[in-house]
Amino acid sequence: MKKTLAYIRPYGGKTALALVTKFLGSVAELVLPYVLSHIIDDLIPLKDAAAIYAMGGIMLFFALVALGGNIWANRLSAQVSGAMTHDIRYDLFRKTCYLKCGQVDSVTMPSLISRLTSDTYYVNRMVARTMRMGVRAPILLLGGLLFCFLLDVKLALVLLAVVPFVGAAIFMITRKSVPMYMKVQKSGDNMVRTMQEDITGIRVIKTLSKTEYESQRFADVANNLASTEFKAQRTMSLTNPLTTLILNLGLVCVIIAGAFLSGEPGVITGFLTYFTIVLNAMLGISNIFVILSRGMASASRIESVLDLDETELVEELPAGDENCAVEFRDVSFSYNGKEDNLSAVSFRLGRGQSLGIIGATGSGKTTIINLLMRFYDVSGGAVYVDGRDVRSVPADELRVKFGVVFQSDFLMAASVRENIDYDRGLSDDEIWRAAECAQAKEFIDGLEGGLDYDLAQKAGNLSGGQKQRLLIARALAANPEIIVLDDSSSALDYATDAKLRAALAREYASSAKVIVAQRVSSVKNCDLILVMDDGKISGKGTHEELIESCAEYRAIAETQMGVAE
Amino acid sequence: MRREGNVKDTRRFAKRRIDVRYILKNLGRYVRPYAWLIALIFLASLAGTAFSLIGPRVFGMAIDEIKLDGTTNFDKIWRYAAILTGVYIISGVLTYLSAIGMSYLSRCVVKRIRNDIFRKLMSLPVSYFDTRQAGDIISVLSYDLDTLGESLSNDVMMVLTSVVTIVGSLVMMLISAPLLVLVFVVTIPLSSLFTWWLAKKVQPLFRKRSTKLGELNGFIEEIITGQKTTKAYHCEEAVISRFENKNKEAVEAYTIAENYGTLTGPSVNFMNNFSLALISVFGAIMYMNGIIPNVGGIASFVLYSRKFSGPINEIANVLSEFQSALAAAERAFRVFEEQSESADAEGATELKDVKGNVEIEHLRFGYVPGKIVIHDFSLKAESGDVIAIVGHTGAGKTTVINLLMRFYDADRGTIKIDGKDITKVTRSSLRRAFTMVLQDTWLFSGTIYENVAYGSEGVAREDVERVCKAAKIHSFITRLPQGYDTVLTDNAVNISKGQKQLLTIARAMLSDSPMLILDEATSNVDTRTEQYIQQAMENLMQGRTCFVIAHRLSTIKHAKCIIVMNHGDVVEQGTHEQLMAAGGYYSKLYYSQFETADA
Repeated sequence: MKKTLAYIRPYGGKTALALVTKFLGSVAELVLPYVLSHIIDDLIPLKDAAAIYAMGGIMLFFALVALGGNIWANRLSAQVSGAMTHDIRYDLFRKTCYLKCGQVDSVTMPSLISRLTSDTYYVNRMVARTMRMGVRAPILLLGGLLFCFLLDVKLALVLLAVVPFVGAAIFMITRKSVPMYMKVQKSGDNMVRTMQEDITGIRVIKTLSKTEYESQRFADVANNLASTEFKAQRTMSLTNPLTTLILNLGLVCVIIAGAFLSGEPGVITGFLTYFTIVLNAMLGISNIFVILSRGMASASRIESVLDLDETELVEELPAGDENCAVEFRDVSFSYNGKEDNLSAVSFRLGRGQSLGIIGATGSGKTTIINLLMRFYDVSGGAVYVDGRDVRSVPADELRVKFGVVFQSDFLMAASVRENIDYDRGLSDDEIWRAAECAQAKEFIDGLEGGLDYDLAQKAGNLSGGQKQRLLIARALAANPEIIVLDDSSSALDYATDAKLRAALAREYASSAKVIVAQRVSSVKNCDLILVMDDGKISGKGTHEELIESCAEYRAIAETQMGVAE
Repeated sequence: MRREGNVKDTRRFAKRRIDVRYILKNLGRYVRPYAWLIALIFLASLAGTAFSLIGPRVFGMAIDEIKLDGTTNFDKIWRYAAILTGVYIISGVLTYLSAIGMSYLSRCVVKRIRNDIFRKLMSLPVSYFDTRQAGDIISVLSYDLDTLGESLSNDVMMVLTSVVTIVGSLVMMLISAPLLVLVFVVTIPLSSLFTWWLAKKVQPLFRKRSTKLGELNGFIEEIITGQKTTKAYHCEEAVISRFENKNKEAVEAYTIAENYGTLTGPSVNFMNNFSLALISVFGAIMYMNGIIPNVGGIASFVLYSRKFSGPINEIANVLSEFQSALAAAERAFRVFEEQSESADAEGATELKDVKGNVEIEHLRFGYVPGKIVIHDFSLKAESGDVIAIVGHTGAGKTTVINLLMRFYDADRGTIKIDGKDITKVTRSSLRRAFTMVLQDTWLFSGTIYENVAYGSEGVAREDVERVCKAAKIHSFITRLPQGYDTVLTDNAVNISKGQKQLLTIARAMLSDSPMLILDEATSNVDTRTEQYIQQAMENLMQGRTCFVIAHRLSTIKHAKCIIVMNHGDVVEQGTHEQLMAAGGYYSKLYYSQFETADA
């Protein structure tokens, strides 16, 4: 919470101003009933019309001060909360961009997204509302009580005695209903999930004639939602009638006490008005507590990310073989620090050579890429790029050597050009050359506006194969030293895939290539093929060598291509 | 408590004429069964409000009884106090009862509408889901109906009590001091005008604010999911500056909207205070001139005036809520207008003891009129045949399956199973004759056992284990902490795409349907596992008529008949050998998988 509050500091002046104007505005409002009782009790008996008009003028004046003060304060608080949210969001986003992959894994991506989107929203709401209501409600509450004391101390004590009851009622209702609303939220999520499942599985459901069953299943969730909602509302609806009742009974007590203590009618009238103000203030305060608790939870979620240390150590480490573009020396690695995901992996890849990696899901293919680009640090052994240990190269210097397409990589909702260029300031010539090699030129030409064609969110307006070809073009466009393609041609048909491979070999002869694939045909012509099995290399060599020596590889080749040639 | 508004939802501001009569007619059907409840709620709220209106009047009378000269009639004071206590307790209870009554009513109504819409959805043809975003359908069922429900339980109540309060306090004020009511001739038009102006001004600003925030959040989601890519291309700074632009825009829109939005509170308060000032002054003057007989009259008038001006502002707010509730209700009810799957033909028979002989003749079909996907498609398959369909994405392979299972109906031509036209049998019996394994695996949140046994209810645990063993997924399942009782949810269990597909294959193995559809059934399974389950797949296919869609041509080499599709037409048809010998499109496709860089 401390860190979040520190974000207010740059706007300290404005905040103070907002609080002061809010204070003045609220106090001005409090004066009004006081003036009213003054009119009734002091001026009417004097029959002084002029004084009454003057008091009316004073009331109007205070009403205007309240109006102006509150409006100004609200604007200031909107500015402060907006600016502060902007700053928090910016810092959080920047931090998130630079987080190490291991840190992203442990916080998890959906959680990072919700911290950036909904948690910042709740912090914003907390700041804005507390600045508006957080000052106003206590002032109205305390001020209301204070003015009551000014009017008549004894009667005010009656009112004061009622306040704890109202507070207790609000507190108890809120405490009971907050967990209920959390249940409602859960129940609602449940319903949405059921719908989502049934919509995506409509074909299966219809095939198995399960529509009746699914309707029933949905009815159960929907009924559950309705009943939890009703339970929550049943409790929450108590707030208003109950607090109003308590306060009204308090007023009755005031009347009785007033009668015994010979309270003046004007004073009692003033009291009646202050009562309403105090009641509203208490409701406001209870509201603020709900918002505060929600906002503080969000703030701490944001802070826990901001507190992460994302710096990647760069240290002097012994060099490897200078003639190799990529070298793995007895590398082992574990994502969770327990069982190894990769062990004893060693291989060398010369400049301009190509490496194919094949193996079952979970066998460690993508892990090799992750270590190569230093998204994670090895647990044992060393990874060298251009003869230098990746841990001794600054991240920007290291990664600029690569052109990469990840498994299920993403395209921005921007133009084709922007997606290939990716903020690297490439010329159209470079872009077209890459697109041509990636077999993307033909379909880009067919798009309205060519390179200027705008992609939809998640590139929804392109087919799977088109997306992959754009991604490959992006990887090639800056003429990288090392091209990494992680299962990135699976949506291409064989003919296009073959053309792509031919073009890669021809156009990017000097770049090292690392190709992860499911298909033997994709890696068949690589200079070196690794067959991965459960984190270990079970075969290493060329296609021909592996067909001879590696039973595993031979089996894969046979299922995919019929007979091994 | 209104659920946190969906910031992305901008549709509800969409300007369109709303067919109120249509909505009320539909809503009426659901509300009518609760007519007695509504009557009770109405009476309770009417009485509750009326009772609370008596309060200030009695207060005024009590105040007048308090004499400063010590002649106070305490009996009367006690009586007034008792009356007030009774009135407020009764009013409180009635208000509470009517509030929960209304909330109960709205939950019941929404629940019924929701269930009916869902049932309706389930009866709609597959094309309805194919042409819509799942999110849109879901938002109608959840968000729109929630809006309607909230509106029913809060807004209706609000309007009801507001009207009673306004009328009631006006009457009471007229009784207390008729001339003083003239104060409102000044303030009400003023505040109505202001509220109207503000609403007009603020709506587009808030819409813009939501849009900008939605854009920002979309961007965040996109970048965070692609974080590795950003790192790989080392363009963090570029991404951050893009973000910064959107962030600035969002905050700017927020600040402007808030600038106007937060005017409401202070302005409403001002109007109240202004009225209070006017009433104080003129009330005092009138009292001095003897128009108002006693001071208590001013006191109760002040209380009534506070009650009076509140609801007027409320109503203005509620009206715009109503607008969005009506729009939401209309979207929901429109689902009922959708055409359900056409009923089974008259005299449709059950498809029983199916052998699996399939005969397709001169099929012609297009999803959209005028855009034909399949021109003229014929095929004959005998029980136990394996028919493979190959071709590029978009060639129309899946369309054939859609027609076969009557997810869509052909424009022309016939499909016969065991000599029976499929339009003359019941849909459910037709579909039950098929088993499918699709590329997009479908599992629901339930246990693994439930997922595998889905469609073959009551099947023994041993049978489920048997098929899971055959599908090579058994050992994975047993390694999970809860084994077959592990609940599959989005995030709880780390289950890969390939494993999901194996589960659906196991599900298919439990079925004894005579026909099988494999649409890229092993596309997500890695090659090694695919090898392991080959035997199981062959068993699965054994004795059934199979329709196989596949990318990997090796898997379909032994098919009885291979249908090669291109642009919605069958371009070639025959066995692997025949097609290879013909040297046409298929052979090109086949060779391309072996093509090498130097070829």
